[in-house]
Amino acid sequence: MADRRFQPETLAIHAGQIPDAATGARALPIYQTTSFVFDSADHAASLFNLQTFGNVYSRLSNPTVAALEERVAALEVARAAVACASGMAAESMALTTILQAGDHVVAAGALYGGSVTMLAVNLAKFGVDTSFVDATDPAAFAAAMRPNTRAVFAESLGNPSGVVLDIAAVAEVAHAHGVPLVVDNTVPSPVLCNPCALGADIVVHSATKYLGGHGTTLAGLVIESGRFPWDNGKFPGMTEPSPGYHGVRFYETFGDFGFTMRCRMEGLRVFGAALSPMSAWQILQGVETLPLRMERHCCNALAVARFLRDDPRVDWVNYPGLPDHPQHALLQRQMRGASGLLSFGVRGGLASGVRFIESARFMSHLVNIGDTRTLISHPASTTHRQLDESQQRAAGVRPDMVRISVGLEHVDDILWDIDQALACAVRD
Amino acid sequence: MADDIASLRRILKTCHTVAVVGLSAQWHRPSFFVAKYLQQHGYRVLPVNPRYAGESILDEPVYAALTDIPERVDMVDVFRRSDELLPVARDAVKIGARCLWQQIGVANAEADALVRAAGMDSVMNRCVKIEHARLFGGLHWAGVNTGVLSARRPD
Repeated sequence: MADRRFQPETLAIHAGQIPDAATGARALPIYQTTSFVFDSADHAASLFNLQTFGNVYSRLSNPTVAALEERVAALEVARAAVACASGMAAESMALTTILQAGDHVVAAGALYGGSVTMLAVNLAKFGVDTSFVDATDPAAFAAAMRPNTRAVFAESLGNPSGVVLDIAAVAEVAHAHGVPLVVDNTVPSPVLCNPCALGADIVVHSATKYLGGHGTTLAGLVIESGRFPWDNGKFPGMTEPSPGYHGVRFYETFGDFGFTMRCRMEGLRVFGAALSPMSAWQILQGVETLPLRMERHCCNALAVARFLRDDPRVDWVNYPGLPDHPQHALLQRQMRGASGLLSFGVRGGLASGVRFIESARFMSHLVNIGDTRTLISHPASTTHRQLDESQQRAAGVRPDMVRISVGLEHVDDILWDIDQALACAVRD
Repeated sequence: MADDIASLRRILKTCHTVAVVGLSAQWHRPSFFVAKYLQQHGYRVLPVNPRYAGESILDEPVYAALTDIPERVDMVDVFRRSDELLPVARDAVKIGARCLWQQIGVANAEADALVRAAGMDSVMNRCVKIEHARLFGGLHWAGVNTGVLSARRPD
């Protein structure tokens, strides 16, 4: 009998966690331990040689963290995942595992500000060069490819730009050059979009956002589709004996989860951005309700977008879930919803936007997204502050932009708070 | 070809002796990883490799061919090129093995049909170590999507 393909709602609750072998505990136990005993010297040797699977030290793997890893891999319809301390840790681990000095990256211009800085400043320091291109134009990615390009990086749904990536088209560009497409899928979450199903090779998440959903805990994940041919001659680190791990050839030995194993044994083991078991457990409490929450985030955000579009106190609104958004058709083709993130400009520009933010009653002024609470911020002065104005515009950030991460409060209350804050903002 | 969780579980639970065809003596080769793993999980490994015939690998004597093995073989696990598989499949039938397992990257449809016609189980293009770890624990700890959903303790 063929194996059943379970739906996301079921996977979000069950994938990666069967009752505990030792105790029968139904809920996920928190294995709050740094280390795990060996049965014998031979067992220890086999574990270190990676000849048998097991836990050694929680910087490398931990049973509680593993439940989160497998669950998100299942939700992404992917082969394997490795968790780490934050979304930025996930992105840096994915990229540093692929890249080395002298390599080149083609990246979307419209990215989270921290990602722009990582590529343009921090990785550049180690000899990795990045070209930023218009994320709405697959031909721009193709035009920027060089012989030493080793990765293409973009967001499935831009934060805060709302730019929708044509994942299949950009994957084709990357694959024509024999390099992987790495997609940050934080904003849609695996419930609304599965980049691997559209051709992406690696997905990264800030699980701090929708996956956790409660705004209490930082975490990140790197997910591998299992379909990228790492033996195409461009990635010796995947095919040649690893000098950092006693000669293991990761792709030959682990095949379609070789990249995940290399992230774990080289990235986590050496750079050390491991996720604590307690944090993994807290994120998993959120993941169980992710499909339900995403449905409501999308409904509430669409109602907010319509309200703002029709309000004369608002100059512009950017939400790809609105039918007149230029990328609405693309969004509908590859996502099951437009998520809860949108941006707009208050009439009167930057000063009015600041008054709007300061006049909110329960909408929180802070720089997170994907919380149960509605969150508002001004990207030009916060998340994208380190970028100059031209970089900000390339990242889809206008000076007057107000970003809203629409939460799960009653939609009428959210609209009420927006309405009264707008009234304060344009009163003068 | 067996490919679903229930069939793979049954095969891995009912086979106890495993002839590993093409087993390397070098510790870092994938075939050695698999054989070592199988030994550690209670399977009897019977190395088959003409290159090392008469020597021993993992403390087991190495045979030149399946037909040289003087004891019952449950599973024949093959690390050979797909186009070299038919003679191995014929030998597997001859010695009365219950399962022909073609390792990941190995897929010979003719060999699959041949052993199934003889009433044997057949698995293609999968790694016996990875499947064991996937279905009986271990691979989950490596963050792999095992596809296993269950409200029962692992058995």
